[in-house]
Amino acid sequence: MSETADDLNSDAPVKEFKELLTFFLAGEEYGVDILRVQEIKGWDSVTNIPNTPEYIRGVINIRGAIVPIIDMRLRFMLEKKEYDATTVVIILNVVNKGSTDRVMGVVVDAVSDVYNVPVNDVKASPDFGTAVDTEFVTGLATIDEKMIIVLDIDHMLNAAELAVVDQMSE
Amino acid sequence: MSIDLEQFHETFYEESFEGLDIMESGLLELEQGEVDLENINTIFRSAHSIKGGSGTFGFTAVAEFTHDMETLLDQMRNGERSVSVPVVNTLLSSVDVLRNMLNAIRDGSEIDADNVAEMTSAIKSILGEEDNAPVSSEVEKSELVAKGWIVHFTPHLDIMKTGNDTVRLLRELNSLAESAEVVVDNSSLPPLSELDPEDCHQSWCINLTGNDVNEESIREVFAWVDDECDLKIEPLVDENSYAGPERRDVEDTDRRTKVPERRATERRTGKTTESSSIRVNISKVDELINMVGELVITQSMLSRFGELDEFNDNTLDRLKDGLAQLEGHTRELQESVMRIRMMPISFAFQRFPRLVHDLSATFDKKIELIVTGETTELDKTVLEKIGDPLVHLVRNSLDHGIESPADRVKAGKSETGVIELSAFHQGGNIIIQIKDDGAGLNTQKILSKAKEKGLVASDERLMDESIHDLIFRPGFSTADVVSDVSGRGVGMDVVRRNIRELGGAVEVKSTPGKGSVFTIRLPLTLAILDGQLVGIGEETYILPVISIIESLQVKTENINAVAGNAEVYRLRDEYIPIVRLYQVFGIKPISTDLESGLLVVVEAEGKKIAIYVDDLLGQQQVVIKSLETNFRKIEGLSGATILGDGTVALIIDIAGLIDLYQKDMASIVVPIKGAAA
Repeated sequence: MSETADDLNSDAPVKEFKELLTFFLAGEEYGVDILRVQEIKGWDSVTNIPNTPEYIRGVINIRGAIVPIIDMRLRFMLEKKEYDATTVVIILNVVNKGSTDRVMGVVVDAVSDVYNVPVNDVKASPDFGTAVDTEFVTGLATIDEKMIIVLDIDHMLNAAELAVVDQMSE
Repeated sequence: MSIDLEQFHETFYEESFEGLDIMESGLLELEQGEVDLENINTIFRSAHSIKGGSGTFGFTAVAEFTHDMETLLDQMRNGERSVSVPVVNTLLSSVDVLRNMLNAIRDGSEIDADNVAEMTSAIKSILGEEDNAPVSSEVEKSELVAKGWIVHFTPHLDIMKTGNDTVRLLRELNSLAESAEVVVDNSSLPPLSELDPEDCHQSWCINLTGNDVNEESIREVFAWVDDECDLKIEPLVDENSYAGPERRDVEDTDRRTKVPERRATERRTGKTTESSSIRVNISKVDELINMVGELVITQSMLSRFGELDEFNDNTLDRLKDGLAQLEGHTRELQESVMRIRMMPISFAFQRFPRLVHDLSATFDKKIELIVTGETTELDKTVLEKIGDPLVHLVRNSLDHGIESPADRVKAGKSETGVIELSAFHQGGNIIIQIKDDGAGLNTQKILSKAKEKGLVASDERLMDESIHDLIFRPGFSTADVVSDVSGRGVGMDVVRRNIRELGGAVEVKSTPGKGSVFTIRLPLTLAILDGQLVGIGEETYILPVISIIESLQVKTENINAVAGNAEVYRLRDEYIPIVRLYQVFGIKPISTDLESGLLVVVEAEGKKIAIYVDDLLGQQQVVIKSLETNFRKIEGLSGATILGDGTVALIIDIAGLIDLYQKDMASIVVPIKGAAA
């Protein structure tokens, strides 16, 4: 409590921190805002949805909600990998402007760690060839000599899903 | 610390809109000549609550506006003012303005100040009359501002032949005023040679000054020659800035007629906001609490069995009893919860008297609206979404269905057309019917239009029913003139689509010369469905039991192939297209051999298909979950549910599946239809 109060009262510019949950995907480490992570689950069977792209694995039941699961490898056209013991599903809250928030799950190779990163240390990403379109990258953070690609999940998951919706509704 | 009033805003809006609806229906009753003090009181109370509420929340504009309405209503309530059509109309328009104001405040947009000002002045002018004098108030009021009058008196040529003397009229006029200035206009006087002494060629312009002259007495002077002259009376005013009262009155009436039109457009473009809260009768809540109480008791009884080390016959029997009880309670609880979402359809119906009232004026038709079954309850979500399609159908009946009074008389019908709006339960469905006694659908016209638009091949022959169904196709409209109300051809297909989204269906039956009936079939609730579980490959899908006609084993001799890929199944006298679900949905099936699986014959919107599945599993009630909440709509699916084992099963939307199948096999569908016909 007192710490928070001090933080608020101090005049000096405070370093703003952001906690990131990182995961691996095809050898690279990606980070998402941990406040958006609802839960992490092991891979379990899903119910397929007919006539949808392959990267949409299907839907699962999370405490009564029907949640779509997206395979990140397939989404970004990376090499397919058999799901194994480390494969996890990260359930994310996706904020959708002009509409209600959604809950979606993404399948990734493995979760890595949680880092506290100063917001200012997240550098804008240069145009270079990561597996994920730079469009969906908020920036790059360096932690212990490692590079972490911070993802803009709102943009990514809405672009991935809503784009399809638009095509369908036209 | 001040209380945050924001949290009450939503309630205020809701109550206000409710109040406005009450006012509107009350006023409509008044307009029909039923002057009932209780009714006026109800209207007054609603206005008063809105005023009070808006005052509390600081919506001064609304409060002020409502105050004027309230004053007017108060006078009516106290019998100081008679209930007349113009007054009621003004109040009705005020209700619209008020509704717009509240909408604007809620949506955070700007209030249409001009509109409000217009309406305020309209009300004020009615109030103003009353303040000055109860009799011939308008004139009296004019007198206050007029210093005198300019009378343009242009007698017709033959005024003298009827025994009227213009000089006598002028003399009488003179006696009214303190002073009179008469200017004669001789310009139209013919030369003497052509003059008929019995003709009157002059016209006069008289300036009357004097404070106690009023328009009425001037008119009285000319009362006998009213038909034989052109009379124009203008007030004489000093300040140019002041608009003459007469002219203003004219403008006021204009406004009165204009306002509803504007409102109609606003309504159409305005976004539909669904209210997120619900008002529940306290008895329903009490019932729920009782049920929960029962459930807790059952649960505590059952939990005792968990402590037992071993079961004997006796305890086992009691356990079974307990479980049976639990099942009963759960079902009852479920039903009670569902009942909370149910609301009477009158919420959707109540706007129609006004709509019909406004539209029949627009179209110059005489319409009687009969509403039955207002107490029929249906799910709140359905109720909110059915409003617009209903409005469209009623408008349509009014515009296209009911003929003009003259045509009706010609057809031997009464001048007044009847539109019947009814709602009732049938099976597990709610049926809403819109019935008119108009001309009925013009089959020939529809067919030729459809051919013209390329919706039907020119050589195709269709049964009447199929032709009537064409009106629901996109881009179809038979109206020769695109009217403001209907006829853009975007209507009926949208109606059908909206109803389909609700899991319902719409059909039309029509008899030439007798009228048409639109029947909307809606599920009782969107939340629960009787489902038939079917297995396809590894997957489990759910078919709504209500659309299943029968399930059968395939007899090879009844399968006919049509044009290559498509198959039809002969069931008694019908040919039903076979839909291999695994093909449509791209699933790996257990078997592709029709004989090793089953056919489930289903029907939606009058179309039948036989769905090929690997296996029929159980039947159970399922809770419908939307796929759209976190994902998006999938063609052919109406949602998903969670099965007993926690996995997700998808629910098939039969109408959507038929569409999907027809899209897949577009080329083959036509011959099948031909064969069936």
